[in-house]
Amino acid sequence: MMALPKPLNDLFRPPPTPGVLGVFAHLDATVAAIKQLRGAGHTDFTVYAPIPRHEIEDALGQRVSPVRMFTLVGGISGCAIGAWLTLWMSADWPIVTGGKPIGSIPPYVVIMFEMTILFGALSTILGILFNSLFAARRAGTILYDARFTNDRFGIFVPTAGDKAARIESVLRDAGAEEVRRG
Amino acid sequence: MAESPTTPTRVTYDYVTRTIARTLGTPSRGYFLLLGAAVTLLAIGIITLLYLLRYGLGLAGYSHPVYWAVFITCFVFWVGIAHSGTLISAILFLFRSAWRTAVYRTAEAMTVFAVMTAGLFPLIHIGRQWYFYWLIPYPNERGLWPNFKSPLIWDEFAIGTYFTVSTVFLIMGLIPDIAAVRDLATGWRKKLYALTSIGWTGSNEQWRHYTRGYLYLAALATPLVLSVHSVVSWDFAMALVPGWHATIFAPYFVAGAIYSGCGLVITLLTPIRTLFGLEELITVKHFENLAKLCLLTGSIVGFSYLTENFIAWYGGNPTERAAFYYRAFGPFWWASWTMYICNALLPLLLWFKKVRTNITALFVISIFVNIGMWFERYVIIVVSLAGEPFTKWTNAVYNPTWADWGIMAGSFGWFFMWFLLFVKTFPAVSISEVKEVLAPPRSKASKAHV
Repeated sequence: MMALPKPLNDLFRPPPTPGVLGVFAHLDATVAAIKQLRGAGHTDFTVYAPIPRHEIEDALGQRVSPVRMFTLVGGISGCAIGAWLTLWMSADWPIVTGGKPIGSIPPYVVIMFEMTILFGALSTILGILFNSLFAARRAGTILYDARFTNDRFGIFVPTAGDKAARIESVLRDAGAEEVRRG
Repeated sequence: MAESPTTPTRVTYDYVTRTIARTLGTPSRGYFLLLGAAVTLLAIGIITLLYLLRYGLGLAGYSHPVYWAVFITCFVFWVGIAHSGTLISAILFLFRSAWRTAVYRTAEAMTVFAVMTAGLFPLIHIGRQWYFYWLIPYPNERGLWPNFKSPLIWDEFAIGTYFTVSTVFLIMGLIPDIAAVRDLATGWRKKLYALTSIGWTGSNEQWRHYTRGYLYLAALATPLVLSVHSVVSWDFAMALVPGWHATIFAPYFVAGAIYSGCGLVITLLTPIRTLFGLEELITVKHFENLAKLCLLTGSIVGFSYLTENFIAWYGGNPTERAAFYYRAFGPFWWASWTMYICNALLPLLLWFKKVRTNITALFVISIFVNIGMWFERYVIIVVSLAGEPFTKWTNAVYNPTWADWGIMAGSFGWFFMWFLLFVKTFPAVSISEVKEVLAPPRSKASKAHV
């Protein structure tokens, strides 16, 4: 791979995070492993799953994603932009059409509504992208297995040294079919 | 989400991934024949458009007072087609109906391509395509702004928003599936999918933000889908033309749009299911549910016809009454009766379970649904403009010309070309969402609480 200048390399290709990866064939084994890891005080591990499952979410005790704030702010700003667009533009070129007032709210509601949806949806997408990117930055370069998008679940625990052996046995006892170090 | 009773138990996660990934393999000869047919139709459309550009809109059958005709009919038709996609992907998602997972991707792709097709028609219809940007609110040197009291501007905002939101919704749903295909692919395909899956690994943080965002997108898309065809209907209902000026138009158009959209979903799914060997994933039950949606919306459309005609008579307005008499018994009677039969009577067949579970019958009905819905727009637009009270000033009978049909054929070619290219490039059935409705793999000890 092409070498980047040092600061860029740190940003785009950080060195791999050392840790242990467990591959699971079963959902309940994955959930059991998550509970044991959390019981042992681990919080910064990553769980891979081919589909979102509430069992995993509950075991992880995740807080609700902040994406909803993006949706709310985007929607409200869209509505405001819709109102500004229609009212300001009508006032800027005041022609009476259909005998109606220059600033007629009822027809402008349609534009305000559409802009609410448009901005709400686009900022939701941005919310998902930003939050996922920040999470990926926090986790660093970690082990992944191509089977995680097919039919296997996985848990990666960042760890090094003698702690790694203990985590390996936790994952294996919970039912991991494969445990790797990276 | 509830686990679907419609999928056989031997369908596992691995089976789903491999079956759907297989649809992206080397295309068969049948696929190339279909693609060739679509490109040919598109070429006909492009040549017709070049003629229209050179000689003007007079080539189309416009004759006073019918200046909205086949192009606007096709516009409303394609916007309508676009509606079932978001209905299935967003509204049924909010209703937690598990059966949507197997069919929603096809419907969503259909939505995006149908809006792309619809968007061409206003541009073709304006005649001088190079002035299209006059519709966009931008600070121009004359200080002019669009008239926001005009339904046509509402329409532009509604369709623009709908296109953007349905496209991002489609892409959002695709990301985990592209990642699943990426992890099986090799060579240049792996590179393409690695790039387009933007680093998806299915980690808990990704799912956490993704599922929340998907929920809010669905919540935003739901009112949007209902609003878009309402706004399209107001293009007509806000005018005073008899046959257009009716408060029932918004719900009537939305129901009609979903009716025609579900019809086209059936038309598209039938060959895809057989060609790609997806019988285990898209079952008869899915077709039956689509047929039930057709039955529901078709009944609303039929009820709207009754209401329209009843109010035309009961309202006592002689012009309105004459307009509806002209519709049913005037020179365009054949178009009106095609519409009444295909949209109000034909869906009644779907009351029978035997018809709903017979895929060949559904395929045939779905084609008639779309013929009927195309004629509904033709009747509303052309026949209302040609009919009472305008017949007094008409100096010619409106007839579509080769230019109208050429553009219409081109629109079908454009739509099917994109759709066929899509189903061979990206998973046409959602991989992760089909898995969501399966029982997850559990070790034997805890099988009991599956």
